[in-house]
Formats: sequence, C-alpha cells, structure tokens
Amino acid sequence: MRANTWAGRNKVEVRDVPDPRILNRRDAIVKITSTAICGSDLHLVDGYVPTMQDGDVMGHEFMGEVIEVGPDVPPERLRVGDRVVVPFPIACGACGACAAELYSCCENTNPNAGIAEKMFGHPVAGIFGYSHLTGGFAGGQAQYARVPFADVGPLKIESDLADEQVLFLSDILPTGYMGAEMCDIQPSDVVAVWGAGPVGQFAMDSARVLGAAKVIAIDKEPYRLQMAERAGHIPVNFEEVDVRSRLLELTGGRGPDKCIDAVGLEATHGSAHVAAYDRVKQAVRSETERPHALRQAIMSCRSGGVVSVIGVYGGLMDKFPAGAWMNRSLTLRTGQCHVQRYMKPLLKRIEGGELDPTRIITHRLPLEEAEHGFEIFKNKEDHCEKVVLKP
Amino acid sequence: MELTATTTIRKPTSEVYAFWRDLENLPTFMAHLEEVRTTGDRTSRWVADAPFGKDIAWNAEIVDETPGEKIAWRSTGDADVPNAGTVRFVRAPDGVSTEVHISLVYDIPGGTIGKAVAKYFGEEPHQQLDDDLRRLKQVIETGEVVRSDGAPWGKRAREEFPQRPAQPLSDAELAKGADR
Repeated sequence: MRANTWAGRNKVEVRDVPDPRILNRRDAIVKITSTAICGSDLHLVDGYVPTMQDGDVMGHEFMGEVIEVGPDVPPERLRVGDRVVVPFPIACGACGACAAELYSCCENTNPNAGIAEKMFGHPVAGIFGYSHLTGGFAGGQAQYARVPFADVGPLKIESDLADEQVLFLSDILPTGYMGAEMCDIQPSDVVAVWGAGPVGQFAMDSARVLGAAKVIAIDKEPYRLQMAERAGHIPVNFEEVDVRSRLLELTGGRGPDKCIDAVGLEATHGSAHVAAYDRVKQAVRSETERPHALRQAIMSCRSGGVVSVIGVYGGLMDKFPAGAWMNRSLTLRTGQCHVQRYMKPLLKRIEGGELDPTRIITHRLPLEEAEHGFEIFKNKEDHCEKVVLKP
Repeated sequence: MELTATTTIRKPTSEVYAFWRDLENLPTFMAHLEEVRTTGDRTSRWVADAPFGKDIAWNAEIVDETPGEKIAWRSTGDADVPNAGTVRFVRAPDGVSTEVHISLVYDIPGGTIGKAVAKYFGEEPHQQLDDDLRRLKQVIETGEVVRSDGAPWGKRAREEFPQRPAQPLSDAELAKGADR
C-alpha cells in the first residue's frame, strides 16, 4: 500500500509499504477513506518528539471501512463493512486508567512503556503514527491501517454524515472540547484561547457551546483570526497589540476567567529576545519546549481561574511562572485527549448542528501529495488551516 | 542477584493467583522462559529461552503457598542458575484490583552461562522484570501480549529503541518471526 512516512527531520515521503495484517486477536484492518494532518504531526516532523524512525507511517486522524476483524472482536461491536472513525489513543478498555475513562493513559497499549516511563515517570497509551515512545504503531496517513482493540475504540457511523463531518472526532474536535471542558465554564466566563489552529478553533467553538459569555482568539496569522471571527470569536493579533493590555481591556481589567493553551511546544513570540531565548535552548536541547503561550496564559488568567493545556508538550520547560500560578490560586489542568470519552456526545452535537467541524477545512489533497500538505500547513501558506488527505 | 517489581492488575486476587499458580502460564509473559511443564502437585520443569542461554533447563518446586495470597518456589537439584522466587497477591485499595509483588533471586554462576545471564539482564536488570509484569498485566486484563509494528513479537521484543520502523511487516518478516 501507499503511506506517508517520516523520512528524517523536516522530511516526509509517500512510499510503498506492506499492507497491515492482524497481529492481535482484537485487531481490525480499516480501509482508510479520509485522513488528516495534525498540528502535532508537525512536532514530529520538526524533530521535537524523540524516538521517530525513518519509515514510520505517520497519521493519527483517520476513518474508513472495516475490511477484516480479528477472532476476538465481538460481531455486535464491529463487523466487516462497518464505517468507523478511529480515536488516536489506543485503549484496552480493561485497565485502571480505562476504567477511569483516562484512555490516553491506558496502561496496556504501549509496548514501549519502558521509554515512556523513563521520560514521563509513568507510561502513556499507544498512539497511531506518533513515535516509538507511544508504542511504535503505524499510523493512518495510508491506504490501510491495523487498529488494535477494535472492540474498544472505533466509533461506528451509522448515519449518512459525510467523512468530513465526522473525521475530526478522531482527535482535534474532542481535544478542543476537552480543553474547554477542563475549564469548568460558567455563564459569566470570558475564555481566552491561545492558538487559532484547528484545535484552538474547536476549543473556541466548544467554549461557546458550553456557555461562555465571550471567547477570545489569540494568534498572529490574520487568516486564522478571521476564521475565528467568522465563527463569532474575538480576535487578538499578538503581533499587532500587547496581549496582556488587550485582554485586560476586553475583561474590564479582570483577565480572562479561563485560559486555554492550544499551542504547545513550538510557540512563537512577538518579542524577539524572548523567542530567541527559548529557540536557542530548544535547539541545543537544553529545554524541549518553547512555552511562551503557556507562560502568557498563566500571567494573564484571572486570579482563581483555570489554565487548560491541550497544546502538546514533550519534556522539560524553563521559566515556568510558578509564582503567578501559586500566589493567584490558579488551577492548571491538562491531558492528551481521552477521545473515547467524547466521541459519542460530540457526534450528537454534530448531528444536532451545534458544532460544524467542516468549517476549518481549507485543503483537500490526495494522499500522494502529503508532502505538499505538510509544507503548506507548516509554513501557513495558501491560508492553510486544515488538510484532509484522500488515500 | 535479587530483583523486585510490582504492578496492579484490575482483576480479583483469586483470578490473578489462579493464573500464576498454573505455572505453565508463566512463559506467556516471562521473557526468559520458553516452557514450564507441571510434573507434580508442587513440582515443575522449566526451560529457558534463547536470550537466557540456550538449552538451560531446571526443576523447581513450590515451597510455600497460601491460596489467593502467596506462592514461593525455588529451583531444585543442580540447576545451572540456582534461583528462587516469591510472588504475593494483595487486594488494592480500590477493592477490585490486585497488587502483584514479585521477588526473584538468582545465584549467577561464572563461565558461559553466567555471561549469558548477565548479558540478558544487561545494565538495568530490574527493567526485564518490570517488562515481564507489564506483559502479565496485558495477558490477564486484555487476553494477550500487545503487539505494535515497532515491537511486533510481543514478549520477545528486546529492543525498545531503535526498533523496526512503525510500518506493517512484510510477508517475509511475518514468516521469519522473531529472532531467536
């Protein structure tokens, strides 16, 4: 089959690789009909997530048709011919973490748990196409994928919703939603979201759906801010205005009640010397993060507020504003999304017209053009917000 | 050399104990074992897998057991690598899970066998036992050892990184199986 693979730092390549086979008794093989490039794929390609190898099949946002099931997948759960969206964390459904609905922390699905344990203290779940640290599972930017624990994760789509309406249930819609849910939003809340990429856009929409009074979008790309504005959110361009001053102005001096970091470890900064400080430390690997968005979110948040982190971090950061966090009674909440927890309720919201995931799609490309897709997404060319690939 | 490790399995102590008490189950998750055959009520014959040194086999006997709580065993006769082990099963505070606490003691000899065993355990000997318990948890909670494209051979995945790329296996690789 054809698959988009990691070919070294800053390089992806669509290559011929073997077709996947059933390896475990609860596996399924899915023929992929739609797949997408995620912002976190850029962290892998940019070389900031360790343990990638030449030839790794990328991609963790995909859906398609079940063409084979292992002998231990109960037919009442999944059959050949079912149309499914596949959640990016692989979860067993039986361990303590799964019992607590902490699917991205599943204790059983990462065969390379030892590496994860060394880096993070305790292991994390396996993830499709997302380094060997998360298990070394081939991803979904391909014609076919092997899906372990197919009786636990995949969501059957039984209505006639188009692929593009449900594809993002695999990751970015639940991730954005969890970012907002962790904020425990009250009707009087002003919610500020750092990053108007795909996850940020969905965090904003989710904050609105969960009842926020006002939602603010912080980014530097005018086209991304315009996209947020068209959806009813208030744009703040950090290259044009001082973010703190603008946020104070928009909140009567209080600061946003809830702040969401949808940027993560490759943040950019309007102030050259701060950007340079983290960029240099990251380049020499003496910190793994450029955490500017998170620092600013913590400094900006109203006292007693919540800072919710859904942007990806990989290791260690410097200059964490612990004083602001502690002295002003802030709550920091975070997690890789527990997608399985949110798929059904969010499917209902899509069916009910409360959320329109298609609004962020700017590019539809054949899988063969994945490299071009990565390039325009990374460099923010051609107003690229979200690329859907068709195998 | 003494190694200890622990894990928590979301099953009742009776079930986890019963799985372990059937010693023939041990090779499904213990990387260094090829086979354990029950030879009597408390006696068994153990065969080591390649990384531990080829063609090593020994007899063992259970020396102490309390159903649902504890099993202790040791090698008997002139084992190449005299060894003993104790595993305890403790109900976890959540009331539904079982804590498994294992302790193994190896009397590592000199010579070729001693070298093979030392090489097998490497610089982080406890890592091997941790991995054994991870696989025990997988087998009991999910039914089998979890495989990925990077680590397709289950318990025989010795290398975590670098490993084979995360792309599907070719027919030739599947036919060849794990390096033994």
